[in-house]
Amino acid sequence: MKVNEVPQDPKDFKEGDKIKKLVYAVDKDGKYTGVNSAGWEAENAATKQAWDLVEEELQETEQLVKAGKLSPIAWYMKKNLMDTALLAKYMGKWQWQVRRHFKPEVFKKLTPAMLEKYATVFNITVDELKRTSGQ
Amino acid sequence: MSNINFTHYQHAHCESGVTTNLLRNEGIEISEPLAFGIGAGLFFGHIPFLKINGTPGSTFRTWPGAIFKRVGQRLGIKVHTERFRSPQKAMLALDKALEHNRPVGMLSSVFYLPYLPEAFRFHFNAHNLVVYGKENGIYKVSDPVMEEVTTIAPEDLVKARFAKGAPEPRGFMYYITDVPKAINFEEAIKKGIRQTCFFMISPPVPWFGNKAVFLLAKKIRQYPQKLTPRKASLYLGNIIRMQEEIGTGGAGFRYLYAAFLQEAAQILHRDDLLAYSQELTQVGDDWRNFAYHAARLVKDRKSDIVSYDELSDLLRICGEKEKDIFTRMDKLKWQ
Repeated sequence: MKVNEVPQDPKDFKEGDKIKKLVYAVDKDGKYTGVNSAGWEAENAATKQAWDLVEEELQETEQLVKAGKLSPIAWYMKKNLMDTALLAKYMGKWQWQVRRHFKPEVFKKLTPAMLEKYATVFNITVDELKRTSGQ
Repeated sequence: MSNINFTHYQHAHCESGVTTNLLRNEGIEISEPLAFGIGAGLFFGHIPFLKINGTPGSTFRTWPGAIFKRVGQRLGIKVHTERFRSPQKAMLALDKALEHNRPVGMLSSVFYLPYLPEAFRFHFNAHNLVVYGKENGIYKVSDPVMEEVTTIAPEDLVKARFAKGAPEPRGFMYYITDVPKAINFEEAIKKGIRQTCFFMISPPVPWFGNKAVFLLAKKIRQYPQKLTPRKASLYLGNIIRMQEEIGTGGAGFRYLYAAFLQEAAQILHRDDLLAYSQELTQVGDDWRNFAYHAARLVKDRKSDIVSYDELSDLLRICGEKEKDIFTRMDKLKWQ
C-alpha cells in the first residue's frame, strides 16, 4: 500500500470517526512510514455488520421481553454485548442458573441481593433493571 | 499524586505500541516495527472449532503478552510483571509503581474503556495501554491506538483490568525496572526473524502458521454449502475485522512486519531483507484485495460479485506467497 492509497473512509457511526488510526504505507522513495487513516470502506462494512447484528438481536429480545416471554436480564445481557457464558462468569453463577433467571416468573422472585448484583454487572440501578419488564 | 514525564506516541498496534513507548521513556530509541519484529509479533491462526462470539477464531498476530516479553528478553531489559487475585491489591500495586515514577503497562478489556469510540468497544480482553500518572484520583492514560493521551476513572480502570471471559487479564501489569547500558539490536533482530519463520512454517498442525491460511481458504470454499448466507457473511466479516480493524497497521500486520524488515535491512546492512520487505508489502496488498472482495460479499449478501470460490483462491495466493517468503527467509545465513 502506498501513502496516497491509504483509505480515508470515515467510520461515521458510534463515534468511529473520533480516532484516526495509524497504518503503515510506503512513500514515493519506497520507505515505510506511519500514516493516519480515517478508516476503510471494507473494514467499516465489517464493523457495521457486527453492530447491526447486535441491534437486530436486541430488538428481537425486546419484543420477547414485552411479550412476557423473557426477563429484562436477557435484554440487558444483549445490551452489554454479552452471551450467557460471559454473563454467568460475571455473576459467578452457572450458565443454567443465569438461563433460569431469563424466565419472567423466576425473575419476579429474585432476591434484592441478586437483582443488585445483576444491576452492578450491567452498570444500572435495580429500578432500571425492573422497569424494562413493565413492573 | 504522581507526575511522570511520559511522551506519548501513536502506534498501529497496542502491544508493540506500549512496548515502544515504555522503552522510549527509558531513553531507548526504538520504532514500533522494530519492537514488533524483535517480539516476533507476526503470525496466523485459524481455529474453526474455537468459536468466539459465535464465529470461528482467527488471528493475525502472536498471543497477547508475547511481544513485550520477547523484546525484554532479547534486548536484555529487566521487567517486572504481575497478576492479581484481588482488584484492590492490583490498584494499590499500580499506585505504588506510579509513586516510584514508573509508567505501567497493563492488559485491559476494550469494552470498559469509555474514552474509546463505542464502535470499537466489544469484549476484547487483550488490549494494552500505559498508565503514567494519577491526578485528583483520575488516572492518566497513554493508549497507543489514540492520537493523544487521555484519562480514565479508577472505577472504569478496575473493571477493564478485571474483565471476565477469554483471556482474563486478572489485573496483569508490567513495567521496566532496569535497562542495560548498551543494546545489541542486531542479535535481537536475527532472533526475532528466526522465530517468526519458525512459527509460520513449522507448526505440524493445520490451525497455526502458514498452514492455517490454506485451512481458512478451504473453509471459505465450503461456506455456501455448509452455512446459511447470513452465517457465511458473518464469518467473513469477522475475518475482515481481525485483519483490518484498528490495531493491525493494515493487512493483518503484514505492512507492519514489512516495515520491520526494511528497518532490519538498514541496521544489519543486508539488501536481501529489503527485498523480502518488498515482497511482503505485495502480499499485504493481496490480503487487502481479499478483504476488499470479502467486504463486497458482506455488504451484498445475495448477488454474486465474487463467489466464495474466487475468494478462497485470493486467499490461497496470500498463503502460497507467504509460504515461499518464510521458507526462504528461514534458510537465511546469519554471520
